[in-house]
Amino acid sequence: MNITVCVKQIPDQSIPSELLPDSWRLRRADVNAVLDPGDEYAVEAALKLAEATGGEVTAVSMGPARADEALRKALSMGVHKAILVTDDALEGAAALVTARVLAAAIRKSGGTDVVITGTESTDGYTGVVPQALAELLGSSSLTFAKSVETGGEGITIHRQTDTGYQIVTAPLPVVVSVTAGANQPRYPSLKGIMGAKSKPLEHWSLADLGLDGEAVASSQRVFSVVAAPEKQAGELISDDGTAAGRIVEFLAQLKVI
Amino acid sequence: MNAGPILVFGEVEDGRAAPVSLELASQARRLSDAVVVLAYGSSTEGVDKAFASAGASAVHLAEHPVADRLIGPFAAAAMASLVGAVSPRAILIGATYTGRDVAGRLAVRARLGVIANVIDLMDKDGRLVALNTIFGATQIVESGFTSSSPGIFLVRPKSFEVAAHEGDVAVSRLEPPTDVQDSARIIESHSETSTGPGLEEAPVVVSGGRGLGDASNFALLTELARLTHGSVGASRAVVDAGWVPYSMQVGQTGKTVKPTVYIACGISGAMQHTVGMKGAKNIIAINRDQDAPIFKLADLGVVGDCLTVLPKVIEEIKARQQQG
Repeated sequence: MNITVCVKQIPDQSIPSELLPDSWRLRRADVNAVLDPGDEYAVEAALKLAEATGGEVTAVSMGPARADEALRKALSMGVHKAILVTDDALEGAAALVTARVLAAAIRKSGGTDVVITGTESTDGYTGVVPQALAELLGSSSLTFAKSVETGGEGITIHRQTDTGYQIVTAPLPVVVSVTAGANQPRYPSLKGIMGAKSKPLEHWSLADLGLDGEAVASSQRVFSVVAAPEKQAGELISDDGTAAGRIVEFLAQLKVI
Repeated sequence: MNAGPILVFGEVEDGRAAPVSLELASQARRLSDAVVVLAYGSSTEGVDKAFASAGASAVHLAEHPVADRLIGPFAAAAMASLVGAVSPRAILIGATYTGRDVAGRLAVRARLGVIANVIDLMDKDGRLVALNTIFGATQIVESGFTSSSPGIFLVRPKSFEVAAHEGDVAVSRLEPPTDVQDSARIIESHSETSTGPGLEEAPVVVSGGRGLGDASNFALLTELARLTHGSVGASRAVVDAGWVPYSMQVGQTGKTVKPTVYIACGISGAMQHTVGMKGAKNIIAINRDQDAPIFKLADLGVVGDCLTVLPKVIEEIKARQQQG
């Protein structure tokens, strides 16, 4: 089974994020960047499937040249090869453009049986790329997977719903989006980290993918960004044994007890 | 300015209109006299009335043709055909699991941009402008579509109130779509039912995070929720750790709640969590770390250990209720 996992490099979320004042794009250039933690679940699911079926995993990403670091992390976890689509024209690309670029890269790489993604990126969180990818690739989609297994008609997942979960199966080719917590992402081993340095990592441009300016033009725009009104500071107390009483008093005041 | 109607995806589950879809129909009516709803589900009998009284001027009913197939890809195809037929000014979809499936596939089919996590939508000089918050709701972003082509606004549930509307509504049936590229099949459906009110409706939500130390301590939250007729929620960290099911998750990837009181127990207040609860009317937070960001949102913050404070709260409420 050939598996493609789509990943993204994002600014380290433990550092407060900032927007660039002129473009209202996320400040990325001089900020520590990491493989999106949500994507680690997708990488783990892809590696598990490959181990079960004897297949290869290709990681595909779109981003600036430094996104190599995130792909190296995926390679060190066990991914076999990686492709980075990088092009100045893609800066600030919206979700639909991202999906178009990823779909074109997957096609150029020779196609795949299974595409695995996270459910949304942790920085932009639009959350529609997996479904858009499926539509572009003419694939079935298994979204919001809490678990992923081979079997059934090809791949079978437990799909998160508002009230519980469904067991859903689909034949190949299929796009699977994996929720955070679906598995335990592995830590790269020392051997994995050393080995990742010699694994293939290619850079492709839009021209390499045969995409033109129109395919990646964005129809949406940020008009303004303003600071949200700050909430007035509430009452803050240290528990000296009386805090429980204060909470109960507050609940009584609000008439919920 | 595009003079077309606003097209709303009317999600229908178990024969009932999804609350977020009714909220969107009402908001669309505030912005336009022409509100077209696609009511899509396994059984749409009578839902036209619910959509009409929320603000729809036209309702297209479409029955899901195959029970064991996921709704999203089919509804996206039906929406795409309506986009072609009515040339809408904008498309509104609720950010549910199905809604996100619809938005992604519709974006490709109809070549539409998507603006997600929308919490407000307004008309500014004839242009629809969406608001969403970023960076833990400290910044508000105003965005919209530049070209004359419409776009998809993916709106968070509970962003708008449903207002009663009276007026004429045109109801018609839409043939189920046939050109669907999806073969996923549902084998089984399970619900993780909880007792008491649903998380999104409960007047009190008692939520737990890592600070509780262990999954078994959620019993304290369940007891406090029972005493306050509330419901129990959780942060993503403890859902990821497998302490409680995902259906209890409050936050960006979980549910949005707006209770009268939100009690955050051992939750630090990461942006992922706060976007789902900062609309609560009152917030109580208990955390050992006095620098935890949750205290910035709290009306009453207690720096202390949940495992010390909560048993006393429970005991005192019980004592009051026995007296009363």
